Order: sequence, then structure tokens, then C-alpha cells
Amino acid sequence: MDEAASETASPAAPQINIKVDAGSAVRSTVTSEGASEPPAEPIVEFRDLHFYYDSFRAVKDINIAIEPQKITALIGPSGCGKSTLLRTINRMNDLIPGTRVEGEIRYHQANLYERSVDPVEVRRRIGMVFQKPNPFPKSIYDNVAFGPRVIGYKGNMDELVEHCLRRAALWDDVKDKLKQSGLALSGGQQQRLCIARAIATEPDVILMDEPCSALDPRSTLQIEELMAELKRNFTIIIVTHNMQQAARASDTTVFMTMGDDRAGYVVEQGETVGIFTNPRNQLTEDYVSGRFG
Amino acid sequence: MAVGSPAASQVLIRRTLASSGVDWRGVAFSGFLLFCVVFALAVIAVLVAQVVVRGMPIFTDRGAEFLSANLSSRAGTAGVGQGIAGSLLIAFFVVILAIPIGIMTAVYLEEYAPDNKTTRFIAINIRNLAGVPSVVYGLLGLAIFVPVTRAIEGLIFPDLGGTGRSVVAASITLSALVLPIVIITSAEAIRAVPGAIREAGYGVGASRWQVTRGLVLPSAIPGILTGTILSISRALGETAPLIIIGVSYNFFSTGNRGAVESLFGPFTALPAIVFGWASNPNVDFRELTAAAIVVLLAVTLLANAIAILLRNRYEIKW
Repeated sequence: MDEAASETASPAAPQINIKVDAGSAVRSTVTSEGASEPPAEPIVEFRDLHFYYDSFRAVKDINIAIEPQKITALIGPSGCGKSTLLRTINRMNDLIPGTRVEGEIRYHQANLYERSVDPVEVRRRIGMVFQKPNPFPKSIYDNVAFGPRVIGYKGNMDELVEHCLRRAALWDDVKDKLKQSGLALSGGQQQRLCIARAIATEPDVILMDEPCSALDPRSTLQIEELMAELKRNFTIIIVTHNMQQAARASDTTVFMTMGDDRAGYVVEQGETVGIFTNPRNQLTEDYVSGRFG
Repeated sequence: MAVGSPAASQVLIRRTLASSGVDWRGVAFSGFLLFCVVFALAVIAVLVAQVVVRGMPIFTDRGAEFLSANLSSRAGTAGVGQGIAGSLLIAFFVVILAIPIGIMTAVYLEEYAPDNKTTRFIAINIRNLAGVPSVVYGLLGLAIFVPVTRAIEGLIFPDLGGTGRSVVAASITLSALVLPIVIITSAEAIRAVPGAIREAGYGVGASRWQVTRGLVLPSAIPGILTGTILSISRALGETAPLIIIGVSYNFFSTGNRGAVESLFGPFTALPAIVFGWASNPNVDFRELTAAAIVVLLAVTLLANAIAILLRNRYEIKW
């Protein structure tokens, strides 16, 4: 079935040892299909992960590695467990009673499901942007400042808020109305505000759960441009139903589907170009060519 | 649809578009709705108009003196001053007792308690408590809160000789009475906060306490204030529990102990005064009763107005 990406990636140029934060700069020079840089150490790694809602196994046998400073897209038919899998990474599923995880998710080599791990701490380092823009019913300023405040940020809050809003390409739209409610913004602006809020606690991974499904095409494009910008500093994992979006915006694609037992599993993971032009698995080909799903 | 000549089809379309006459059932229904509204308003208007007209001579003849005068068995000098003071004191203590406890209970039930049989059993029984007749709460007050108050004030102010039939006992009793209302309305307000807001809070690394304190409660405040309005109105208007506890509606000395006396000594409240005067056989008390009702309505409306202003200030448009 699926194999860890680090093992399947091409072994070209094994000598170059790419540091984590230099990855994207080097990567941008590599363009041709198939040829890729040696795998960086994965920032998030699933090891034999199974996820259960009570007795129902929703996701099974997950063994994938997420490379740092890349955009990884999770695609697959509805109900195959993409969002569930995404939410295991920041332990969001812990909030749902009756859920259970088997296996490991390693974040910088540390198992996120170890008994000693505090899910609150996990979420401070792994941010999240949701399907429907969900700004707090507070001012634009307070939306961004909420996260830093709860983690006890001591620096200059005004500067941090401006910095995050600039990074989310929202500053010019809102700089004169920071005291206004975040709910008064348009849908696309709200989603960018949610992105600003997510990066304010300085996570290194950002999870995006279909962030554009409630947005118009123009706002969608803005979010995609923003993602391309953000991946210089963040690792982005995005669930999307929109295959053009996965093809346009992501570096790596993970294709999931569900088995006869309705449990979702990973069919194939690889460079986005490869998944869309030359999939190895028939199921992937059927899905990306629109014959299924 | 068959198409003949252009003119013929035009006629056909015009016919289908034409009004098919008056919808009599619709007219009758909306007329009935209007009647219900008018009826409800008319009943209130007649009641208010009647008490205002009957009580007016008191306000024109005595004015502010009536509002500040003490209780008396002589109609000419009896006033509602002690009643206003007692009612406001009771309302104040109900707010500081019942509102925090009620909100905390609601927060626990909605945000912290596991969703199991015990929790559901408790929630259902809180709803039942809201339907318990107020007389029963009066008996609870008489059996428990009055003796407890008496014991406590006997310890602190032994020279007062208090009976326990005081503002303190009344406030605790009425707090118990309105507590279920506060809990139910607060719990509904908390439940109405979209789950997406909680998720967003957890998503940026907030703990449960931070999500509850920083996001859920502020978003629920308008709804919680609605519960507060209801409970204040209820506490201001309840008569039966006060009568059972032993409210005074005849002359009593306010004494010389100031605040201590007004909290632990004999007390009265506006609805109790209305009851006492209305049952007074002396015809001179009829006007006084009407005037006291006007004051009670005014105090209740004032308290509601303040709470509504507060609620509108915190209103959130999702």
C-alpha cells in the first residue's frame, strides 16, 4: 500500500545536506519533474496510525512523512478521513469524546501521543485554519492578539499584530480599523485574519482544513498566493476537495480513499506533479482524472 | 402549454398571472393574529391605566413624601419608603448571590461536565426546579434560611434580638427561587455560542479555562443578561415566599442601627406592601394600594431597562 515518503523519494544528490530552514530556497531551484532534492528530515511523521470513533475505525495504517517548509495536500473522496487525519496532528480530535488513537505521530521526532504530552502545548506549535472562517467575536486586533496573550507573550503586542497581519496580506485592508469586529470583514478577509491569528503564536506547522471551500475564486487565489509565501517559514498541510487547488498550490500530495471497512487509508504519496501526471496507483489515476469521487 | 397565435398565448399568460381573488383564509388568519396582539396589549393597558388613575391622587397630593414615608396603620401617613429600600436590597443581594452561582453552574454543566446520565439527570431536575411554586420556596426559607440567619445574627449582633425574618433570609430564599432560571437561560446562552469559536480558541493553544473565560462567556453575555433580567423581575415581584418568611406590612421601627438593622431587622418589600394594603379593610388604603402597584411596576421596569441596556451593549452580531 503506502510507504513512507522518505524511503520512496529519489536518491539524487545524497551528499547535499539541506538544513531545515534553508530547504525552500534550495528547493525552488529544482524544477524538473521527478528529480527532487534529498528528503529533509520530516517535521511530522505518522507511524502505523489508526484512529477510532468509539469502535469505528475511521483511519487506518497511516505511514506518511511530511517534509518541512512544503505544502502538503491531502486529497481524496468525501468521508475518507482527510480532516480526521489532519486533526490528529494538533490533537483536535481529543475534544471529541470517544475518540482514540493507536500508533504514533512524531513531531520533530517526539511522539505527540505520549502520555506526558499536553495537547494545549501541541496546538501552540501546530496552528490551524478551519473550513469556515471563524474569527472570534472580537476586534481584528484582539483576534490576532488572543493567541499570544494566552501563551503569555511579553513582547510588543502592537508590533506582533501588525507583523502577523502583514504576513497574512491583510494589513493594508484593516490597518485603519483594527478596533472593528473581525466579523465585519468579508469572507476572504476573515479567512486571512484566521491565518494571521494562526501564525501569531509562531507555530512551525499550519494545518488548513479546506480553507477555501467557503470562499469565492478571487479570495481562494489570494489564500493560495499567501500559502506560497508562508511556506518559507511554515510547513503547511492542507485538506482540499478542490483538485485544481491541490495541483496549483501544493508541493506534495497525499491521496487517501476508504477501504471496504469504510476506514480511510493512504493510497499514494508523492510530488504533486507526479501524482497528477503519472500516478502509480490506478485508484489515484481514477480520482485525479475525475472518473471517481 | 399549447401555443396558438402570439396574441392568444399573450392572453393565456395574462390569465395565469392574474390574481385569483382574495385569499379569505389568509385575511382571516392575519386578522385573528392582530386581534390576539390587541387583546394582550389591551389587558395590560387597562390594568396599568386603572392603577395609575386610582393611585394618581396619592402622587399629586403627597408626591415624594409618599415614596419616602414609612409603613403606618394610618392611611394618611403610610408610605412605601421601606418597601422600596427592602425591594432594592433584596434585588441587589439576589443579583450578587444567584447570578454568579447560576452562571458558574451553567458553565460547569455546558463546558465541563461529562455528557452522561448523571449530568442529564441534573439538567432535567434544574428545569423541574424552575417550575416549583414559589410558596414551596417560602417554606424552604422558613424552615432553613430563617433559622440559619437567626443563629448567625444572634452570634454577630446578640443585642439586636433578631428573629431571622430579615432581608438576608428573604434574599437567600429568593436567590434559590431564581437560581434555576439563571442556570437555564445561561446554559442556553452558552450552548448557543458556535462550536467553531471554541475550536478556534483551542486551535491557537488556549486551555479550556482560557476558551471558557476569554471566548465562550463574553459571547454568551447577552443571553446571560436576559436570564438576569428575568430573575430580577421575578425576585422583585414575588410575594408568597416573603409572606411565609414573615415580611412586615405594618409599622415597624427602622431602629438606629442603620445598615445592620435594615439587613437583619424586620423588613418589608413592595409586593408585600401591595398585598398588605390590598387586604386592609380600611377603604382609605385602596388608593394607597394602587399607588404602591405603580411604584412596584416602575421599579421593576427600571431594573429591566438597565439590564436591557447592558445586554444591548454587549450584543454580538454573528
